[in-house]
Amino acid sequence: MLNKFSGIAALCVLLACSTNSRADDIQDANKLLKQGQTAQALEKVNAFLANKPKDAQARFLKGLIVNEQGNAAEAIQIFTALTDDYPELPEPYNNLAVLYASQGQYDKAKVSLEMAIRTHPSYATAHENLGDIYAKMASQAYDRALQLDKSNTATQTKLALIRDLFSKSARVAKPVATVVAAAPVTATPAATAPSVSPAASTPVAASGNTKDDVLKATRAWAAAWSAQDSAQYLSFYAPEFNTPNGMERAAWEAQRKERITKPASIEVTLAGTQVTARDAENASVSFNQNYHASHLKTSSHKTLVWVKHGTQWQIVEERSGK
Amino acid sequence: MPRTFYALLLGFCFASAALAEPASREMEAALAKSLQAVGNNHLDVALDEVNALLKSHPNFKLAQLVKGDLLMARAQQIKGFGSAANAPKDQLQDLRDEANARLQRVQQQQPVGIPQYLWKMDDAQRYAVVVDTSKATLYLFENVQGEPKYVTDFYISVGKKGTDKIIEGDKKTPLGVYFIDGHLNDAQLEDLYGNEAFTLDYPNEWDTRQGRNGKGIWLHGTPSDTYSRPPRASNGCVVLGNADLKQLGRHLQIGNTPIIITDQMRWSDAADQAERSELLAAIEQWRKDWASRDTETYLKHYAHDFAVGHTSFTEFAQQKRLVNSGKTWIKVQLAHLSVFPYPKQAGLVVVNFEQDYSSNNLSNRMHKRQYWVKRDGHWKIIYEGAA
Repeated sequence: MLNKFSGIAALCVLLACSTNSRADDIQDANKLLKQGQTAQALEKVNAFLANKPKDAQARFLKGLIVNEQGNAAEAIQIFTALTDDYPELPEPYNNLAVLYASQGQYDKAKVSLEMAIRTHPSYATAHENLGDIYAKMASQAYDRALQLDKSNTATQTKLALIRDLFSKSARVAKPVATVVAAAPVTATPAATAPSVSPAASTPVAASGNTKDDVLKATRAWAAAWSAQDSAQYLSFYAPEFNTPNGMERAAWEAQRKERITKPASIEVTLAGTQVTARDAENASVSFNQNYHASHLKTSSHKTLVWVKHGTQWQIVEERSGK
Repeated sequence: MPRTFYALLLGFCFASAALAEPASREMEAALAKSLQAVGNNHLDVALDEVNALLKSHPNFKLAQLVKGDLLMARAQQIKGFGSAANAPKDQLQDLRDEANARLQRVQQQQPVGIPQYLWKMDDAQRYAVVVDTSKATLYLFENVQGEPKYVTDFYISVGKKGTDKIIEGDKKTPLGVYFIDGHLNDAQLEDLYGNEAFTLDYPNEWDTRQGRNGKGIWLHGTPSDTYSRPPRASNGCVVLGNADLKQLGRHLQIGNTPIIITDQMRWSDAADQAERSELLAAIEQWRKDWASRDTETYLKHYAHDFAVGHTSFTEFAQQKRLVNSGKTWIKVQLAHLSVFPYPKQAGLVVVNFEQDYSSNNLSNRMHKRQYWVKRDGHWKIIYEGAA
């Protein structure tokens, strides 16, 4: 999975951030970005750029912000311009590669990463990402060779923009465990939350029949949701779950938790479930989902893609609509 | 550059177009080169080769698989051929079989001899086709003054369940001597069959006599989503790449080109040539004996189990005796004689000719087909009829 998006801190190390006031402004904007207040962050960084339009650090941060806002095209423009103005910096190349990869433009991503590595041969993040790009390109070729099912999780782009914030070792040879991201923020409240749902004591253990097991897991997932047991609910999602719009896992979990616990009541019922089992470890379920909460009532068509990890079925993808 | 040079070049291309190597051979060579580079641990070379190949033929699935492996090898340790996660095993096996078949085809030498199945081509038959299913290969031979000359060969796929078709639906490709008897164009075909198809006359008289059945055995192309199919893929048809079939098709004559399908190619040798001479002599003797009106000698050319439809040898003999008794003279002339030994069945030969028969009270011309068998060292006719 291509997930090493260079953060602002890494760049800061290289550029030896000059004045305190400047560092403050950038840090503030960075903090706002981390808190998900992208509009305010953008305002701050734009104000800064009005005075110093060439500033690499501010432009870099702006790239991160607009990308967070879902504007990948502008982010690509910003990082591309940075690579033109500061070809000696590997981070803009790296982030450019991540953005290209998220659009499925693996050839361009590969070239960007090679540039990053050329500028800094020991830039571990770029090496890791390059490995991931090769795996992606391999998946594409395998798809064409074997016409693999499009729901095949191995071939999906799962771009989680994880930033190794304040990791001082971004360019050092071996920070292979750069997946710091989720750990401190999330800390799933699984342990403390009392399990309300009678149906779902634990993500369902398998018993032989794939279709039955997946159906059981799907019902348990809906039950956990209805019981507003967010810990239980989130435990159905695999570590490699494809978060919507490539959202950071932690942010997504926080959002889900809020939406599940906030309403006074939730009732999720499923109708017309259809299970397609591709093999003993991969299956998908489609159904009409009726969501009835204290403040909102919706129904939609949904598909959950399940993968069996050990004895547990977990969700790797959740799609709405037909 | 002087103009004449272009003219010469163009002229040359034009003249050699008929015998040009199929483009598929270059593809196969590039694929083999890539696989060999993998073997020599030159992964960059291998990837360059396979990329070049895919540029022109992105739907060459086997090449895509190799590319996938080469890229995956840069990301992680790979398990071996076809390291795709969740790859369906049967599809992988198919592609592995195709890789083996194509590598073999590249590594093997071109045939230098003449197949045993082309004893005599009719002078109107410009080409003959021999399919060796064990090598996933279709060979094209040109009739050069009566001698078959190797022209080129193509990778092919046959039935999912292999060869020696017996009954309808067994997904096997028949082994035998067949003739092209029809053509279907793109508009008449589903995508599965590619751009065109040539129909074969399976089941032939011998198949029917043995109780074999089924129908719709064709040479056809490949669906649009793939460059080629695994060696065993069809329901009994012989499948070529669309470009290959187009090239081959130019040489096929409907109603006349023989397609001999074997599961093991045998090349002609001195002993085979001796057999050939013996049979040609037997055919000539049969003609002479018929014209001589010595009915009993003539009938000795027929096997005791000779049969045409429901007519047994006894009935056939009686009828011949009756007819010949009314003759004062008979003349028999054979033209366009072709003689094709059956694959897999020693001593069985398919003979075709134009028969010009005249006598004091009846004359006719017909296209006749005979099946000759060798019994106790003598060639006998076991079937004869209009073709």
